[in-house]
Amino acid sequence: MTTVASVSEETDSTPYALSHLDALESEAVHIFREVAGEFERPVILFSGGKDSIVMLHLALKAFAPAAIPFTLLHVDTGHNFPEVLEYRDRTVEKHGLRLHIASVQDYIDRGVLRERPDGTRNPLQTLPLTEKIQSEHFDAVFGGGRRDEEKARAKERVFSLRDEFSQWDPRRQRPELWQLYNGRHAPGEHVRVFPLSNWTELDVWQYIAREGIELPQIYFAHEREVFQRSNMWLTAGEWGGPKDGETVEKRLVRYRTVGDMSCTGAVDSDATTLDAVITEIAASRLTERGATRADDKMSEAAMEDRKREGYF
Amino acid sequence: MTSTTEPTEPLSVEQLSATTLLRFATAGSVDDGKSTLVGRLLHDSKSVLTDQLEAVERASASRGQDTPDLALLTDGLRAEREQGITIDVAYRYFATARRRFILADTPGHVQYTRNMVTGASTADLAVVLVDARNGVIEQTRRHAAVAALLRVPHVVLAVNKMDLVEYKESVFAAIAEEFTAYASELGVPEITAIPISALAGDNVVDASANMDWYGGPTVLEHLETVPVSHDLGHCHARLPVQYVIRPQTAEHPDYRGYAGQIAAGTFRVGESVTVLPSGRTTKVAGIDLLGKPVDVAWTPQSVTLLLEDDIDVSRGDLIVPSKDAPPTTQDVEATVCHVADQPLTVGHRVLLKHGTRTVKAIVKDIPSRLTLDDLSLHPHPGQLVANDIGRVKIRAAEPLPLDSYADSRRTGAFILIDPADGTTLTAGMVGESFAAPQPVKDESDDDGWDF
Repeated sequence: MTTVASVSEETDSTPYALSHLDALESEAVHIFREVAGEFERPVILFSGGKDSIVMLHLALKAFAPAAIPFTLLHVDTGHNFPEVLEYRDRTVEKHGLRLHIASVQDYIDRGVLRERPDGTRNPLQTLPLTEKIQSEHFDAVFGGGRRDEEKARAKERVFSLRDEFSQWDPRRQRPELWQLYNGRHAPGEHVRVFPLSNWTELDVWQYIAREGIELPQIYFAHEREVFQRSNMWLTAGEWGGPKDGETVEKRLVRYRTVGDMSCTGAVDSDATTLDAVITEIAASRLTERGATRADDKMSEAAMEDRKREGYF
Repeated sequence: MTSTTEPTEPLSVEQLSATTLLRFATAGSVDDGKSTLVGRLLHDSKSVLTDQLEAVERASASRGQDTPDLALLTDGLRAEREQGITIDVAYRYFATARRRFILADTPGHVQYTRNMVTGASTADLAVVLVDARNGVIEQTRRHAAVAALLRVPHVVLAVNKMDLVEYKESVFAAIAEEFTAYASELGVPEITAIPISALAGDNVVDASANMDWYGGPTVLEHLETVPVSHDLGHCHARLPVQYVIRPQTAEHPDYRGYAGQIAAGTFRVGESVTVLPSGRTTKVAGIDLLGKPVDVAWTPQSVTLLLEDDIDVSRGDLIVPSKDAPPTTQDVEATVCHVADQPLTVGHRVLLKHGTRTVKAIVKDIPSRLTLDDLSLHPHPGQLVANDIGRVKIRAAEPLPLDSYADSRRTGAFILIDPADGTTLTAGMVGESFAAPQPVKDESDDDGWDF
């Protein structure tokens, strides 16, 4: 190993230095290709949200000029934003991909799952997801989860083994050394794979800007009818709002995360371009999930508990 | 740290994009103040946001604590919060205008040596914390030894709690000298010692007014400026083949590319290359960098190589320059860190993953176990248990192209896997260890529990 005599900024401008986005991109592509090489039936969780959109973009680059050797899976809560579903279907068609759908509404209609009193359907996603994984025999499931999102996710491995009940046991995780990912699993078990583990919200946005990736318009500031619940601006709609005492108003907002309408809040924003969004996030004093997600606030260990049960 | 700092000036998009990435790991004993240092770095770089701090304040208050307990910020698991200890490596992210950081936050408990090994395996830099009142202790020597063993290019000695020794230069100088002598002997290439108080904020982000005798960088300044790119001029180029890309479409009827992440060195179009273990030779006809043709590519870029001749290449093969091919061998000698709860024994049948190749293997011998405290070797320990570091001899079922770990952290490394349940058993580093053979004491004299 060469000892560098003086520390200076110039050393990073050697022709062999990679920008942080190039380094993250290369690492994610490596993860996609490892899974393609080692698993029989991988699937990408694709919701039409920005993280899954970036995952899909990386997968397209990883196997170019060939097609992605994976199918897609969406867990549809039944309360998704119409713009996002439209984006999802258009994207699937554009790339000639196959989309599996696990429907929460279907489980509720069949009486297998019951609507919660608070109306949120996020915790209800776990059963349709895990049953779909079992019935389709998926052995690797790509998720867009990032370790910067939440403190339980900070403990997540890139390759995360799930048992036959899809459970995560944080105390029995495999150490991950170098870039040598261990995908061994028994029949019935599967591995959750997180190629964006080392990305932050800002990295995702910078990458979207650099690569010119199209997003659903709800990520940019627009006028929308919203009402306030638990300090969040929720979109009014048939899913269950507003209730008595809640009033609808028109505000200039955008979304930082996209999920179930019942627990994903909008933020006040006038950022209509990628540059404006990036500037806004770089200056924000709130995390993405703290600003806009109700489901994480239920308890100190809400995410850990849901992940243990099989949530992504 | 009871209040949040005001938002700093927002960075422009150009400023944010021009940054590089530094991966580093922290190591420290239980009460050295590692959580406080990590908290201070995250907090002062604006990476602890209001809602996260509020959550910590809420949780601390509900436990009857007067001040926010910053360990709650980093201890993510229920069991960790209940026991007030850090069980597992966590990865944290923060950024400044100059650089993005990935921090492998590794626990200080002695029984978690394997976690420091995990964190250090991908780190460009390790921060070893020392309590200024205690100086270099056994645990400090272990951390230095692990950093040396894993060949972490840069080591920072952070002498913490300087406020408790009246900010005396002599205290710092003595600790820095002792540590530097020890770590240099182990082969740590670059050591930077910094006197700090994580609690008071001296020399972490801002230069200390209490130690005007110190003229070096603060911890953050050093993290921002330490070089992460290596001189690739004389590195052995290595591409483990991950996947063969064959579109078989009308547009690309004959495309056949060998995809992988360059593990070391550079590849150029026109270069003569050899595919191992078969030994067939051809030339690089083209390089695709994620869909875009380039003339040259280097580590750690993920690329696709196109070869001139239609030879048999598949996942698990290693493409190397013909003039610089490693030897292939079925007999592996390595220093290992055992990371699983079940022991590793002589005769153990395992899987060995090296690069993109996984082969059957058998543990032929465990000649010695290393005590990190004094670097002494204990002959024939019979087995290695969790957190043990030792020498092993392994026979692989197929020839492997092995580099020495000293030459290539990536193609000199492997893991052993239990074929029965898939457990990752052992982290391996090929070749000679840093530890020169030393006078050996008999295993029976030892209490058998080093860490």
